[in-house]
Amino acid sequence: MEQLRKEIENLREENAKLRSQLSESKVNNESLSLTEYQRYGRQMIVEESGGLRGQLELKSTRIVVVGAGGLGCPSLQYLVGAGVGHIGIVDNDTVEASNLHRQTLHDTSRVGTLKCESAKQKLNLLNPFVDIKTYPVRLTSENAFEIFDGYNYVLDCTDSPATRYLVNDVAVSLGITVISASGVGTEGQLCILNFKNQGPCYRCFYPTPPPPNSVSSCSEGGVIGPCIGLVGVMMAIETLKLIYGVYTIENFKPFLMSYSGFPQQSLRVFKMRGKQTTCKCCGSDPKITKETIESGEINYTEFCGQRNYNVCSADERITVKQYHSEYIESLEKDHILIDVRPSHHYDISHFQHSINIPLKELKNMHGSLDKLKERIPQLQENTNLVVLCRFGNDSQLATRIFKDEFKIKSVKDVKGGFFKYIDNINQDIPKY
Amino acid sequence: MVKVKVEFLGGLDVIVGKERIHKVEVTRDDGNAVNVGDLIDYIVAKMIKEKNDVEVFIDNGSIRPGILTLINDTDWELEGEKEYELDDGDVVSFTSTLHGG
Ligand SMILES: [Zn+2]
Repeated sequence: MEQLRKEIENLREENAKLRSQLSESKVNNESLSLTEYQRYGRQMIVEESGGLRGQLELKSTRIVVVGAGGLGCPSLQYLVGAGVGHIGIVDNDTVEASNLHRQTLHDTSRVGTLKCESAKQKLNLLNPFVDIKTYPVRLTSENAFEIFDGYNYVLDCTDSPATRYLVNDVAVSLGITVISASGVGTEGQLCILNFKNQGPCYRCFYPTPPPPNSVSSCSEGGVIGPCIGLVGVMMAIETLKLIYGVYTIENFKPFLMSYSGFPQQSLRVFKMRGKQTTCKCCGSDPKITKETIESGEINYTEFCGQRNYNVCSADERITVKQYHSEYIESLEKDHILIDVRPSHHYDISHFQHSINIPLKELKNMHGSLDKLKERIPQLQENTNLVVLCRFGNDSQLATRIFKDEFKIKSVKDVKGGFFKYIDNINQDIPKY
Repeated sequence: MVKVKVEFLGGLDVIVGKERIHKVEVTRDDGNAVNVGDLIDYIVAKMIKEKNDVEVFIDNGSIRPGILTLINDTDWELEGEKEYELDDGDVVSFTSTLHGG
């Protein structure tokens, strides 16, 4: 009993000591506590880190990370581990099971909770000396200035062109250097933007946004966890180099790193154009300013556009419930089900009675009935076609093609697609 | 005639038979030096098999926004864009900009 009491007493003392060190170190950017010397020793003895001076630089640096996903998780982990003093995390998404293969800061018990909070909890355990602030909001023209103001660097770990332009524009306006990366499938890209307000910005590289139908996200295009993870880790390396002062106005040359994970891993560094005087954001006569951004005059959604899938009329579409009761259960309507997903999606799970003709293949038939009959031998003029895809977007485009190009009369699109059917009708079908 | 290497990165290989690297020989009828503009015409005429895929590569008569063009690993903006005269062994890369995160 006496011994236990003593142990508790000791633990209390130790706890108080740690706490005082912690509060001391959090406010004190001028020196390191003994525990911090121990913690960061292995990186401080690397000459390139600048030793104690470099470590103090890290400690006084403020970084905001937009997106705690496939890029944000690994970069946050290493930046917090390295002892960057102040970190902000902007993300209003919640953790989904389908994120976990690549967003490894989160775990199964966190599914359904906010990503920024989940990340913060894990990061606090990793390094209690780092002060972490969360912003559980979507970055918008209205809130971006307030969030970014006061940070030294922004890490763009977002996943849509519109947000990338917004991150860039606000950072340029505030004079903040951006470490920007992206990835999908097995590839990734990384660059440093607006370096010390002298380097090129995102709009210098990409003055015109890509057409919306050419943009593929991780949820659509898929992504291999370690491929995007590696790019996130590379972001952390570039950030450390910026803080350590490895890049200077004199030696900085704009670049874009391009990583491929397959078939053989490779990393290419492309030499890029410098700041463009004609740039609407960072050029000599900028049209994009704090005023025009905050007033909404710069409309990011409009600028980047949206895909238009709504190409079918109401009578050309049926709900998953209708499909189930009128076509599957009652066998009332003789029909052929065409699944227009890419075949590697189809192979994961599908209806046994469906025929897989990917949208791309369908388009490339250019309305040739002969070619279509090679794939659907039983096709006749009065055949009822029902068209299905993953979420009910591509199937609308395919419905149009069947009707307009192949002149097939009875074609129905299934609203919400295969996944909606799984959610609402039969949850025993594998969903990916 | 020039012999050059053409690369399609960032998923762009889907328009050229899913092969990322192609070795091509490009000639010009008038005997003038072959430039990157000629190479782009060649790609559209000879390498993109499906006509539907041309719009993935070309928009309004030029390389589609969102595709970076590199000549020997350098942004083509620094090399004269379409006017750059190709030499044997040059590498021209097209890479689609990625957006996922
Ligand atoms: Zn710019």
